[in-house]
Amino acid sequence: MAVLTVESLRKTYTTDRGGVLAVEDVSFTVEDGRFYTLLGPSGCGKTTTLRSIAGLERPEGGVIRLDGAVLSGEGRFVPPYERDLGMVFQSYAIWPHMSVFENVAFPLRVGKVRPSSGEVKRLVEEALALVGLEGLEDRPAPQLSGGQQQRLALARALVRSPKLLLLDEPLSNLDAKLRERMRIELRELQRRLRITTVYVTHDQGEALFLSHRVAVMHAGRIVQEAAPRDIYAQPSSPFVADFVGLGTFLEGEATVGGVRTLGSVVRCALPPELAPGAPALIVVRPESVRVHPVAPDVPNVFAGQLRVAAFLGDHLDCLVQVGGVLVRARAHPGMDLRREQQVWVELPPQECVAVRDDGWRPRALTDRIGDED
Amino acid sequence: MVVPALAALLLILLTALPLGMLAIGSLQTEGTQGLTLANYLGVYGDPRTYRLLQNSFLYALGTSAVAILLGTSLAYIVERTNVPMRRAVFAVTLVPLIVPGIVSTIAWIYLASGKIGVLNKLFMALFGLQTPPFDVYGMLGMIWTEGLHLSPLVFLVMVGSMRAMDPSLEEAAVTSGARPLRTLRMITLPMLVPALAASMLIMFVRGLESFEVPALLGIPARIPVFTSEIYLALRQYPQDYGVAGALGMGLLLVSAVGVWTYGRLTRRAERFATITGKGYRPRRIDLGKWRWVALTFMVAYVLVVVVLPFLVLLFVSLLPFYIPSFDMLQRLTLKNYVTVLEHPDTLLAARNSLILAIASASITMALTAVIAWIVIRTRLPGRRFLDLLAFLPIGIPGLVLAVAIVFELVNFPIPIYGTLAILVIAYVTRYLPYGMRTNSAAMLQLHRELEEAAAAAGASWWITFRRIVVPLLWPSLVAGWIYVFVVSVRELSSSVLLVSPQSVVISFVIFDLQVSGQSTAVAALSVVLVVALVVIVGLTQGVSRRVGVREG
Repeated sequence: MAVLTVESLRKTYTTDRGGVLAVEDVSFTVEDGRFYTLLGPSGCGKTTTLRSIAGLERPEGGVIRLDGAVLSGEGRFVPPYERDLGMVFQSYAIWPHMSVFENVAFPLRVGKVRPSSGEVKRLVEEALALVGLEGLEDRPAPQLSGGQQQRLALARALVRSPKLLLLDEPLSNLDAKLRERMRIELRELQRRLRITTVYVTHDQGEALFLSHRVAVMHAGRIVQEAAPRDIYAQPSSPFVADFVGLGTFLEGEATVGGVRTLGSVVRCALPPELAPGAPALIVVRPESVRVHPVAPDVPNVFAGQLRVAAFLGDHLDCLVQVGGVLVRARAHPGMDLRREQQVWVELPPQECVAVRDDGWRPRALTDRIGDED
Repeated sequence: MVVPALAALLLILLTALPLGMLAIGSLQTEGTQGLTLANYLGVYGDPRTYRLLQNSFLYALGTSAVAILLGTSLAYIVERTNVPMRRAVFAVTLVPLIVPGIVSTIAWIYLASGKIGVLNKLFMALFGLQTPPFDVYGMLGMIWTEGLHLSPLVFLVMVGSMRAMDPSLEEAAVTSGARPLRTLRMITLPMLVPALAASMLIMFVRGLESFEVPALLGIPARIPVFTSEIYLALRQYPQDYGVAGALGMGLLLVSAVGVWTYGRLTRRAERFATITGKGYRPRRIDLGKWRWVALTFMVAYVLVVVVLPFLVLLFVSLLPFYIPSFDMLQRLTLKNYVTVLEHPDTLLAARNSLILAIASASITMALTAVIAWIVIRTRLPGRRFLDLLAFLPIGIPGLVLAVAIVFELVNFPIPIYGTLAILVIAYVTRYLPYGMRTNSAAMLQLHRELEEAAAAAGASWWITFRRIVVPLLWPSLVAGWIYVFVVSVRELSSSVLLVSPQSVVISFVIFDLQVSGQSTAVAALSVVLVVALVVIVGLTQGVSRRVGVREG
């Protein structure tokens, strides 16, 4: 049983580009045995939040509790070496002057509880077996490959069965194939051990794949927290919608039963904060958009010009120009579509998400393919 | 491709030839034909040589220990703790790197000589002592003076290696449950071991090679080491080339072993150290109340290494004649500066030093740029050998190089003895490794395709080199140029055997004045030189930083 709560965390930090920002009023709870991900672009404060949980940063305000016991805040600060956690760093931080065995045994040898050497050996072997590195105990650590170092870092973090596992972009230094495999292994391992986990990444695919819950961070704040499916399907802001996946953004104005845009009204459900007249954006994912060669008799159909239809094996990647807007769609690979032909796009009302237009725009929206012709 | 071929040839002439001549010269004796082992038998059959060896080792080891201890502690305090004023200290610590060894040695004579040392007088007056507490004329004094002088180098190396260390290595230990002291002992220190071992070796070799301290302190104290013996063999009449050659070969051997071990060690260290190789911002340790202890250490270091030596020279330079008494403060005069600056020898030496420094810096950087290109860009069979040749001089003590060049001139009577040309040859040879290091590091950063694109566009080798490679290397060429310029002005150990009355250089004039006992003039000239060098480096640093923007 390990529950992590973070309340009103505050900490100023420098971003990768050298600016100074603050983690501001960040609050969340990680339930026991859950995989919780802080997702956001670089400099959003996710790593600062994680490091505050580890005790590597001293928060300026807020309270962090593990199982009700205060780790920091309320005038207390438990140093990192007295917190019951394991951490995996982006660079793995494998100590090059130690063997594989010594790396994993280190937490057992320096902690408060010091098991006997026989016990240490057993625990190290167990941890190595957990990550599939059994038999490599005597290897000097620098001789391991990138993927093996990654596993070694994980074994080292898990060896003393901590209450909390912290992972700081652990997969970002691996090549694509290995990253794919490691994230499956990591997911399986976490589900099996049921260890409470906080994970930091800028890769939305990783976040959706691994997590029970995802918190999207932007400029030092959590802007949305939900289960992966809801983050993707029900983004609460243009930023979240853009960050967690591809999509088309339609600018308009809320009206009864939908949003006024594309010279008409796109029918969709409106969240309560969107009163008629309010500026609104419709977000629609490419796989939700249907492309028709002839106009179907359903709601939300718009005539357009097919600008791009690229064959990608399992689908056709389409860009349809409707008025001044490019709508991104995925069509069935068997469809016979020609560039520049007239098509009709259908935006199914239940797949269109209306969000309040807070002025934020993804960069892609301002790039107009039409201008390049 | 004529230029690379000529550069390679020049490199061989500069390095392999003098070493060959040294080896041959050490096997010749005056009056007899052919080669003989007589010199070696004479020198290494003499028990005094083993005392020499013992002195040299003790001196080099002690020097390296003092330098390592001071440099490493300072680096840790400045780089890894939250001690106040660390930025200012960092800048000030670099000043001794500019100050010539001859100047700092002379300064320590006036500070801590038993008879005339200002510090001795001060401590005796303050604590009512009957005998002077310090004596710079002795093994300890020699070790102290040289160790202090070398410590900023260790400081720089250790700062570099601390910055190259991934802070998450320590953080991983802390989150594993290790307390700060244990982290320091089990992670930080072991990670620094390769850098420590490497600087220990380099300092050892530098100690063996050093000339100023053994000549000015060791000879009067009757503590002979290799360098001072070689110097004496060639400064006595008749000169004993055989002894100088045999001693030179011995010193060369020892320092070559040191450099070779250093090379092996650093190559292993590369495998050992950081995974990513990027620069980090290390975590600083909160010292709490100990900050003030650390600050005291820093201030004491700056006092001893920078402030006191400069102040004592300034003091002596303003006296009509030297008596170590504070009553003299009422009789300060600028007369010495007038004397020194009006003296024709000084002016000649200043002019010579300037010409030499500019020429050596330019030739060294140009030559090593081409050599670095050959080594890094071509698949030429001999390129590894060229690389080795260009690094070789790092293991050749300046004095030994001078002996080798003297032998060269004895065997090939080219009429350049006593000219500036011979000094340029010596300096360029000595500083090849620095030029090589700067240029090859920069060349490795350049993508080969940049040159291939020029070739594809129809440019010849020479045009590609001039229009693509040189402009891209420019920032590091400038940085390396400044460095070679400064070390050329400081150079003494090979100049001392190669100068003639027409080719005197400023460091030699200082040495000569000191030996002939003109203390106040020496001090004035030293002050002028140090101020000039600091100003030059300060100005050029500003320039090179602007040039270097492209690098960032």
